[in-house]
Amino acid sequence: MIVNEQIAIDHGLKKDEYIKICELLKRTPNITELGIFSAMWNEHCSYKSSRLHLKKLPTKGKQVIQGPGENAGVVDIGDNDAIVFKIESHNHPSFIEPYQGAATGVGGIMRDVFTMGARPIANLNSIHFGSPQHKKTKNLLRGVVQGIGGYGNCMGVPTIAGQTNFDSSYNGNILVNAMTLGLVKKDKIFYSKATGLNKPVIYVGSKTGRDGIHGASMASASFDENIEEKKPTVQVGDPFTEKLLLEACLELMAGDSIIAIQDMGAAGLTSSSIEMASKGNLGIEINLNKVPCREAKMTPYEIMLSESQERMLIVLENGKEELAKKIFDKWNLDFAVIGKTTKSKKIELFFDDKIVADIPVNTLVENSPMYDRKWKKAKLPKKNKINKEDLNNLKIIEVLKKILSNPNVCSKEWIWQQYDHTVMGDTIQKPGGDSGVVRVHGTNKAVAASIDSSAVYCWAHPLTGGKQVVCESFRNLISVGAKPIAITNCLNFGSPENDENMGEFVECVQGIGEASEYLKFPVVSGNVSFYNQTKKEGIKPTPSIGGVGLIKNYKEMITMEFKEIDNIVLVIGKTEGHIDQSLFARNILDEKNGPPPEINLFNEKNNGETLLKLIENNLIQSAHDVSLGGIITAISKMCIKGNKGINLKKPKFLINEIEYFFAEDQGRYIVEITKKDLKKVTEILNKNAVHFDELGIINKNELYINEKTKVTIDELRRSNTNWLNNYMSK
Amino acid sequence: MKISVIITLKKDVLDPQGKVIHQALDGMGFNDVNEVRQGKFFEIDTKESNPKKATNKVEEMCKKLLANLVIEDYKIIDTQ
Amino acid sequence: MKSSVITFPGSNCDRDMDVALKKFGFKNKMVWHNDIELPKSDLVVLPGGFSYGDYLRCGSMASKSKIMKSVINFANGGGMIMGICNGFQILVETGLLPGVLLRNKYLEFICKNVFIKINDEQNRYFKNINNNVLELHIAHNEGNYFCTKDQLKEIEENDQIAINYCDKSGNIGEQFNPNGSINNIAGIFNKKKNILGMMPHPERMIDPYLSGEDGSIFFKNLINNLK
Repeated sequence: MIVNEQIAIDHGLKKDEYIKICELLKRTPNITELGIFSAMWNEHCSYKSSRLHLKKLPTKGKQVIQGPGENAGVVDIGDNDAIVFKIESHNHPSFIEPYQGAATGVGGIMRDVFTMGARPIANLNSIHFGSPQHKKTKNLLRGVVQGIGGYGNCMGVPTIAGQTNFDSSYNGNILVNAMTLGLVKKDKIFYSKATGLNKPVIYVGSKTGRDGIHGASMASASFDENIEEKKPTVQVGDPFTEKLLLEACLELMAGDSIIAIQDMGAAGLTSSSIEMASKGNLGIEINLNKVPCREAKMTPYEIMLSESQERMLIVLENGKEELAKKIFDKWNLDFAVIGKTTKSKKIELFFDDKIVADIPVNTLVENSPMYDRKWKKAKLPKKNKINKEDLNNLKIIEVLKKILSNPNVCSKEWIWQQYDHTVMGDTIQKPGGDSGVVRVHGTNKAVAASIDSSAVYCWAHPLTGGKQVVCESFRNLISVGAKPIAITNCLNFGSPENDENMGEFVECVQGIGEASEYLKFPVVSGNVSFYNQTKKEGIKPTPSIGGVGLIKNYKEMITMEFKEIDNIVLVIGKTEGHIDQSLFARNILDEKNGPPPEINLFNEKNNGETLLKLIENNLIQSAHDVSLGGIITAISKMCIKGNKGINLKKPKFLINEIEYFFAEDQGRYIVEITKKDLKKVTEILNKNAVHFDELGIINKNELYINEKTKVTIDELRRSNTNWLNNYMSK
Repeated sequence: MKISVIITLKKDVLDPQGKVIHQALDGMGFNDVNEVRQGKFFEIDTKESNPKKATNKVEEMCKKLLANLVIEDYKIIDTQ
Repeated sequence: MKSSVITFPGSNCDRDMDVALKKFGFKNKMVWHNDIELPKSDLVVLPGGFSYGDYLRCGSMASKSKIMKSVINFANGGGMIMGICNGFQILVETGLLPGVLLRNKYLEFICKNVFIKINDEQNRYFKNINNNVLELHIAHNEGNYFCTKDQLKEIEENDQIAINYCDKSGNIGEQFNPNGSINNIAGIFNKKKNILGMMPHPERMIDPYLSGEDGSIFFKNLINNLK
C-alpha cells in the first residue's frame, strides 16, 4: 500500500503533521512507518496538547525518587523502602465494553507499577457515570465494577479505596481511572532506559494478537453518534497471565539480569521499544518474525500496533538469556529474543529478511508535535443571593436525609464489597473511610492513599477547582493520621481543540500546580485523557488526584467512626457559610450557578499540619474531613460508622443554621476528643492560630439538635445505604 | 419454539480461558490439541412459532444483549 | 509442627497463609504445584486465590496438578488437609470432599466479615475450641455450596458439616448466608474428618488491626490439637 495524505488522515494525523513526517524522513513513509508515527504522535502517547502546561507542575521534593516520565512515580518512605504509584484512565474502552475496558485498565496500571520492580500492594479507582436515570448507567456501572473486581481480585491485590460519581455530563463518556501502589526496595528500582550496545531485547508474556490495533488513537478521538456501529476492537484482559507475569518478572528482578524494562501498554511494541531507545539515546533493531504471535499471517503493521495485554519488553545483560528463559518457562509464559540495542539511534524493523521500517528515534519523540492550543480564561461566577427566609422554611433533618441518600454521597458498599479489599493481610483501613491504609508488610509503617475529584467545582471555576482537589486529597490523608507525600493526577477533559475545554484544562492544571507547590505535595506521575466528548458535548472537567501519605506507626492510625459516648466533637477550620456549588445548593435549592468555595492555601496547610500535631500527641480519637454536604453530613457519617449519636449545640454565629450545617467551606475537619484533653487541644489549636468551634457531645444513638429536630442514627443509616442497593436491584 | 445460540469470542480476540484449558489438557497428556476456544450456549424458548421470525428476534437479542459484538460473535445453531 | 502450603499458578493467599501459620508456631514450607513429592507435613494447606484464573470451573485445573497425586495419597493415609476458599474448590474438584461450589446467588463477588458456627468438635480442627461462633472474612465469587439430596443426607448423618453461616449469637439462618449455599453450609469435612474445606479465610483475621482477630483463636487451637 502506498501511503498518501488521505491514509495519514485516516490514521488520525493532521495534514501538516503528515507533511512534517515526510520532511523528517526525507521521503514518504511506508504503511508500517506511518502506523508507528500515528501511534507515537497521537495525543495519548505524545501529550502534544498538554506537554506545555504539564511542565509547570511541581515534581520535585525531598522524598521524590522519580517524578513523571517513567512508568510510574516513586517516593521514599524510609528504611530503604519506596512506594511506586500512578493513576491512569481507561475511559473510552470502558464505555464500549465496560467489563473488559475496566479490567484491562486495572491490568495496565498494575503493569506500570511492577515494571519498576515493585510488588503492587493496593489498588484504588475513581469512576464517573452519567445520570442514574440514563438508560445506560446501570449496566455500565455493573460492568465496570465487575471488571475492576475481576482483574484486581484475581491478581490478589486489595482494592482499598475509591470514588464513584454520577453526573449527566458523563452520559456519553464515562470515566474509569485506576490507580496502583507498589512497594519496592530503594536499591532495586527498575527503569526503562536502555544502556549498552548489542544487548539482547526480550519479549515476554502473552502472545501478540490483533487486539485493539490503534486503541491509543481511539483514546484520542471523540465519540460521534455512530459509536455503536463503529465498535472498535477492545482487548480482553487475562488477569491470570498477568499474575504469572508479575511473579515471573519479580523473580527475574531479584537477580541482576535486567538493564531496562518497559511494559507494552498503549501502542504496544511501538511505544515500548521507542521509549527504551529514546531514554537510552540508542537504536533498537527488531526481527518481527521472532515476535510470538497468536494468529497466523500477522503483518509488521499489526505486530507493531497490537495492544495485546500482559506483555513486557526487556533489555537484558548479555549471557543472561538462558537464566531468564528458565524463569518464564516455569511460569508458562512466552519468551523470545527479538532484537538488540544498536548505536544507530534508529528503530529498525525486519520481517522476512527485509527491512520494513527505518526511523530515527528522535523524530518520533523529541520532534513529535507540541501545540500551544488556544484557550479561554474562565471568569469567577458571581455569588448567588440566597433568600434567608427560604432557608428557614427547610427542615434540617429532611434535607440531611436527602443529602445522605444522594447518589454522590450515599454509601458505596455495594461497590466495594465486590472488590477483595483484605487479601495480602495488611489492609488496616477498608474502603468507606477517608483513605485506604495498608501496612508496609513486616514493618510498623503504613501507607495511606486516597483518590478524589470535584468536577462540579472545576466546572464552576477551573483554577479554584484544581486547587480544591489537591487540598481534598491532602485532607483525606491527614484525617487518617498520614503525612502527605506526593500525588498522581489523571486529567480527564473534553476536546483540547475547543478553547473552552482547553481553558478548563490549563486552569485546572494551574490550580493543581499552585496547591501542590504550596502544600509541598508534588506531582510524581500522571496521565491525560482528552476527547471525553460525544458530538459537541464534553464532560465536566474532571482531574482525579491520587494522594499518598505515610503513617510511621500503624497503631496510631485514625479512623472516622465516633468512639466513645460523652467525648467532645470539634470542627477545625472556619465556617463562613459558602453555599454556592454545594450539594445543598445544587440538589435542595436547585441552584447550579455561583463560584465554588474559596481555597485558602495558608489555612489549608496550617489546619492540616496542626491536626497532624494533635494526632502525634495522641489527642485525637476520630477524624473526618468536611466535604460534600458540609458539617452535618460529615458528622452523620461518623455517627453511622461508629453507631453513636451526637447532641449538637446550636451554633452561636451570625450565619443561618442551615448555612452553618450544609456549607462547603474548605480546610475543615471534624474531630473527636476526650473531655480531659479539651484543654490541651484548645491550647495547641490557639497557639497555631487555628480556628475551631465546639460542635457537641457524643451520645448513644441520636442526632439531636432540639426536641423538634432530631433523628435516630439507624434512620440516617437507612437513608445513606438504601439508595445504591435499591438502584442496583431494580 | 426453541432456538439455540452459541456465542464465542471473535476469532482475533484473545480467549484467556480457552488458552489455559488448552495448556492444562496438554499437561495431562492430551498433546494433539491445536486450540481450544470457550463459548456460551443459550437455549431460548420463545412463543413465536414462525421459525424465520423467531430467528430474527433471537438475532436481535444477540446483537442487543447476549453478545457484545465488539469482541464476540454469535451463531444460531438450531431451531426446533 | 510442620505444615506445607501449596502454590498453584494464580494462588494469591499463599503468602497470607504462610504468615499466619508461622505466627502461630508452624514450621511452614511453600510447595510448588509442579513438584511431585510433598515434604513431611503434619498439615497441608491449599490456599485461596484464583488457581488457573478460575477458568473453566474454579479449582478444576489445579485439581489435575502434579502435586495433587501426593496430596491425595497423604489424605488417604489420614493426613490433615485444609482447603480455604479456592483450596476448598480444588478439594471438591479432586473428589476428596463431596459436592460442588457454584456461583454466589446474587452473582456478585462478596468481600466482607461473616459469622460462622462450629457444628462439630469431634475432630482435630475444632476440638477444644473456646468459642463456637467465630467472626471470619469471606472473599469469593463461587462459594455457593451445593450437593445432591443423597449426599446432603449422608454428610448430615456423618456430622460432616463443619461450619454454617450464622449471626453474632450463633443463630443459623438464610438471612446470614452470603452466597446461597445449601443449608447455610460454609465448610465441610470428609468422612474421616481429616480433610476440611471452608470458604472463610481465618488467615485474614489474625491481628486486631485487621478486620478482626477470631482467626487467631482458630489457629492457636489448631496447633494445640496437632501437638
